[in-house]
Parts: sequence; structure tokens; C-alpha cells
Amino acid sequence: MNLSTSLGGIVYRFHHLKEVFAKANELKSGDILAGLAAETVQERIAAKVVLSELLLKEIRNHPLIPMEEDEVSRIIDGDLNEVVYNEIQNWTVAELREYILRSDVQNAELRRLSKGLTSEMIAAVAKLMSNLDLIHAANKIEIITTCNITIGQKGTLASRLQPNHPTDNLDGILESLKEGLSYGVGDAVIGINPVDDSVESVKRILEGTKEFMNEWKVPTQNCVLAHITTQMKAIRKGAPADMIFQSIAGTEKANRSFGISAELIREADELMKKQSTSAGPNTFYFETGQGSELSADAHYDIDQMTLESRNYGFARHFNPFIVNTVVGFIGPEYLYDSKQVIRAGLEDHFMGKLHGIPMGVDICYTNHIKADQNDNENLGVLLATAGVNFIIAAPLGDDVMLNYQSMSYHDIATLQETFNRKPSPAFYDWLVQMGIYENGRLSARAGDLTIFER
Amino acid sequence: MDSQTIEQITKMVIETLSEQQQHDTKPMISIRNPSEPFRDNSSLSSNGFIPIQEIAPKEFFEDFDEKYANARRKTPARIGIGRSGPRPLTKSLLKFRLDHAAAVDSVYGEVDASLLEKLGFFTIQTKVENDKETYILRPDLGRKLTQHAKDLLLSRCMIQPQVQIIASNGLSAKAINANLENVYLSLVQSLESLQLAMGTPFYIEQGRVGLMDDIGEVLKPTVVIYLIGERPGLVTAESMSAYICYQPRHGTIESDRTVVSNIHQGGIPPVEAGAFLGTIIEKILRYEASGIKLVEKEG
Repeated sequence: MNLSTSLGGIVYRFHHLKEVFAKANELKSGDILAGLAAETVQERIAAKVVLSELLLKEIRNHPLIPMEEDEVSRIIDGDLNEVVYNEIQNWTVAELREYILRSDVQNAELRRLSKGLTSEMIAAVAKLMSNLDLIHAANKIEIITTCNITIGQKGTLASRLQPNHPTDNLDGILESLKEGLSYGVGDAVIGINPVDDSVESVKRILEGTKEFMNEWKVPTQNCVLAHITTQMKAIRKGAPADMIFQSIAGTEKANRSFGISAELIREADELMKKQSTSAGPNTFYFETGQGSELSADAHYDIDQMTLESRNYGFARHFNPFIVNTVVGFIGPEYLYDSKQVIRAGLEDHFMGKLHGIPMGVDICYTNHIKADQNDNENLGVLLATAGVNFIIAAPLGDDVMLNYQSMSYHDIATLQETFNRKPSPAFYDWLVQMGIYENGRLSARAGDLTIFER
Repeated sequence: MDSQTIEQITKMVIETLSEQQQHDTKPMISIRNPSEPFRDNSSLSSNGFIPIQEIAPKEFFEDFDEKYANARRKTPARIGIGRSGPRPLTKSLLKFRLDHAAAVDSVYGEVDASLLEKLGFFTIQTKVENDKETYILRPDLGRKLTQHAKDLLLSRCMIQPQVQIIASNGLSAKAINANLENVYLSLVQSLESLQLAMGTPFYIEQGRVGLMDDIGEVLKPTVVIYLIGERPGLVTAESMSAYICYQPRHGTIESDRTVVSNIHQGGIPPVEAGAFLGTIIEKILRYEASGIKLVEKEG
């Protein structure tokens, strides 16, 4: 394995694969924090050059975290399709990039290719790709999943309705829910982050949202984003949950700090097969985000983008209904400004899609990062063109419980109208029946939450 | 509006303006034809414009359709705000930008020293050593005490307390200024009635949540309750969180901390938070576990 190159007479030598992977990244404050970033801009390019010439088999044969130390490594390697892998093992990462971008390589070819790629190979190729590469390639991939309804079809843009409330007041949650539905938002999931992470509280919100969905025959799925253990308890006590949620990470150690393991997720899977209120088969909702492994001191000196890719390798093992990166939430110590957030958002979306998972994005920022709503809207446009499965939305983008800003209900409708995308078919039909949609876009009646008052 | 109505309104506005021009010596707005050269006129200010009359500006506010009043009472979320096409109305957009501006401006801030004095909190530093940019970019430093801080803790604090109360501004000093007194006093009352013993409280300048592990190593408390300012939001910059942990030490994992967030006037009211937090601490001591471990043990 060659880890050195000469650029304009200057020789760059890297000591191991982790170093090449980290230094080939576009600049991120989190890699600087971890002490892994390239020292100079030229060293960054040198690392990209070295990476571009590595063979896929060299990446597989030099695991960044040994199999015996980490179950995420074992899951990723164990899920590989050996036939596809054998066909591509002697490709360089540069060849992989060029194959992905070929005009005769479309969804079917990329979905097949995906089965022979490890998360590290996918991270490697994304490091060589420009922003437009990431958009263009991701847009070729179509990932369709079904819980109560089916989402992800080409030409659609789904959304998560996030009607959070600072005291979990159910009436308040429902008013915000009505507002969102009146803008055509909520086909991916009606998902609430609870303040009170107790079993009773989770059960109460699941019941309240389910009751509303039944009353108005809303074709979507509900979920309360408490810890998976709490949700499992609520479900065992009879709470109506269409999906089960968990934040995940790219190493076993980081997952442990989240209080989870592959075994626990499998246990939840069994429970959902028996006790979910949805049709399925896809009943998981996972959230990710660059930097969480370093934050948990469980990053093994691996860069945050590669670890993020491993999240998707872990996620695909469990056939989720939706996965989203919460790209601007973690803070400026990991993604310093809007430029870094935009790059990470495009990387995460592409890497997720190439893993074959139904990738969405919570396009967001906190108030201590150098970004504002205009930056959010920019990334929204980029991801809509990249064919993102779903986007998260809160009332005017202001989440009054988590205290950060995301996209708005208005933004979802605007992206759909601007880029000629529709909500998911079953949800769209319901919107037409309710008179919220007319002639393929919001009707005069839309945006009025009182249509849900009897 | 049809074009006829617009024309009528425009006409009315122009008439009103020209009437005002006749009555006022100083017009409300200065209108100048850009093709006209400046004339030597004593009523013009040095930059050539007629000075704008000083009148008390109208306070900016967002107005709402009365039909949404009932819904809006139930949540601070921005609902019932209407639209133009798929986009928000101008006032809603500007109000959002205004609130974001206020939130950005209130990141960090200074904690009121007299408040800490009144409550008997002394102050220590983390390795951030009071630099905002360092605090943001180096969370690892915000999780470590300086040697001086460790010495100070050993000389001033009770060792091995049952319950150690600590506080930090985190990302919002406003959260501490607004809530610490009420939360602390109601918490002390609650712990006393539950007959739990408290250690010596103190305040940390720019601490991170994980700092409680470093403090745990020094003071060996059974339970730590850490009151910390959250990232300022648009609705409030005063939200405080309480992280509670059973025997926090180096190596404690995040899921072993119990967190109660959204303590502020519009969330969990600070005067009621103390009693609530007290019962959680009591439960943590009873089960000898916090976070997900507590949920598991509770069954």
C-alpha cells in the first residue's frame, strides 16, 4: 500500500491509512479539534492524491478499527456482498469515483455497486468528490421504503413534521401539527422530541398523535424521539408507535455512550415486528451527525466524516424507514461555519444514499455558529436538487424546544413548488382530498390550521 | 387588490404627503430628484439631505389573524402566521430575523457577580481560562479544571458530599441570571425536606457538561447536579438545563446522566424546578444509578 506522493518536487509521506483519510477531508473544525486535519492546503491535496490511487481491497484489508475490537466494523464487513466486491476490489478510489459519475451508470447499477462497498470505501470516494459531484451522483439513486406509507420515489420530496413544545403540552403540539399539515408537511413522520424522557410522557404523546392521525385519516407515521429503551417500555405498555427512533454512532464505543448496542437494536426490531402499529416492513428511524464519536471520546483517531459513513453502514443493517443527519446541530467546534455545514450535509446525504439507505437531512444551525437562515435555505436548495428523501421542518424553522433553527413548513412547500417535487403519493392524495393541495400546489385553503377544527 | 384600487390608494397617499409638505417646515421624508444638482440651501444638512424630523418611532410588531389566537395561546411556536404563495409574510420573516439577531447577541454574556455572592457561590475556572473562541472550539478544555481550581475546591469544599450542586454559564449567562436563584433556593428546600445532605456549591466560568467528571474525581460526591445555560434559542435565551449524575468520574458515559432541560419561565418554571429536581435526585440515590441505567433499574 503506497502512502506517499511527490507534488511539484515536494514529497508527502503519510504514516497510516487513518492519516490519509483524515487529511484528505475538506477543512472541518472537528478534525482540527481531534488533531487530525491536514496542516496545509497542499498537504490536503497530497492526501487526496494518495487516496485516489489506493485500491478498494487495500481499504478493506486495513480496517481502521479492527473487527475484534468493534461490532460496527464487524457488521459493515459482514454485510458485504462478496460477488460485487470481487468485481471491484482492484479498482482505485479514483476509478470508483469515475464509475459512479458515468452517464450509463444509473440507479440500478449504483444500487448493485452499493452492496460491494464498505463504509470506509464510500467515505474515501466522497473525499475525492466536489460538491456538485456529490449532488449529481446522489440524485441518481432512488431509495424507496415503506412504514405506513411509501416514500422516496423520484419526483417526491417528503418531510418530517416536528411540532415540538417546551413543556410537551399535547394541545400545543397538536396546534403546531395542524399548521404543518396545512402546508403539506409530515409524510415522512410526525416526530416529537420530548422534554420529559419518561415512559409515561412518551406514551401520552404517541397516543395523542395517533388519535389525531386516526381522526383525520392522515396517511403517515408517528414517532416520539426518546431513548430507544424508553420507547420500548412505552410500546410494551401498549403505546401506539409506528416507528422506533434512536441516535446512532459509527463505533461500538460511541454507541455505548448513547446507551445502545447492536443487540439492543435487534431487540427493538423484534418488538416492532410484534407490537408496532404500522404496516412496515421498515420501522426504524435513525439520526446521525458528524462529530458525535469525538464528542463521546470514542473516535479512535479517525476523522468525523469517515465515522459518519460508518453510521450508515450500521444503519443499513437494520433496514430503516428513514435516516437523517442533523447536520448543523452539533456546534462550531465540529462544523465551524455555514461552508463546513453545507459540505458536511452534501457528504452525509451522498454517503447515506450510496449505502442504499433512505437519507434525509435536518438542515439546521444553532445560535452560536456562524450561519443564519439564508445559509439554511441554500443547503435546502442544494439537497432538493440532490434528491434528498426528506427534510425536517418546524414552524418558521424555529424549534421552541430544542432551541435551534431548522427548515420551515413554508420552506418545504417552497422547495416542492420551485423544483416541481410532490409530497409522497399516498400523502399527496390525502392533501388533495382535504383541499390543501389543488392543481399540484398549495390551494387557497392551505396554511390555515383551523381547517382541522370541527 | 385590483389596479384601480392601487391607483386610488397611491393618489390618496400622494395627496396626504403634499398636504403635509405644505404644513410642515420639515417634511417627514426627503425626496430629491437625483438628476438635480444640490442647491446651496441652508435647510440642507452637510451631506445634502433634508434632515428627517425626529418623531418617536413606532415599535415593530407582528400582527396575527384573530382566528388563530386560540391556537397561538397553546404554544410559543410560530404558527397561524399566514403566507404569500408558499413564503412567509414580511413581518413574520423580519420578526424571525430580529429574534435570531437577539439570540446571537446573547450568546455567552456575563453572569451577575452579586447574584453569585448572594447565593454563596464562589467561582472557579476551567482550562478555557475565559476566552470565548477557545470555549467554542475546544470543548475538551471546558471539561477540565485548572490546577488552581482543583486546589481551590479541595480547600473550600466539603469532601464526599451526598449532593454536590454546581452551576455554569455554558452558552448563556442570561439563563443563570434569570433562573439560578429560584432553582437553587427551591432545590435546597426540596433537598432539606428529603433530608439529603448538600456539599459546598460553586460556580464555573465556561464549563462543559463533562466537567462534572473532573469535579467528581476531586470531591468524590455521590450525586452531582449541574445547572448550566443552554444555547440561546429564538423564543428564549434564558433556558437552563440540569444534568444529574450518580458518582460522575472519569470514564462516565453521556447516557448515564439524567437531564432536565428547558428550565425557564415559558418551560419548566424555575420556582417549581427545585422540587422536581429534588425528587429525581432522591430516586437516583435510591437506585444508585442515573440516566439510562436509572430507567433500566426502575423497571
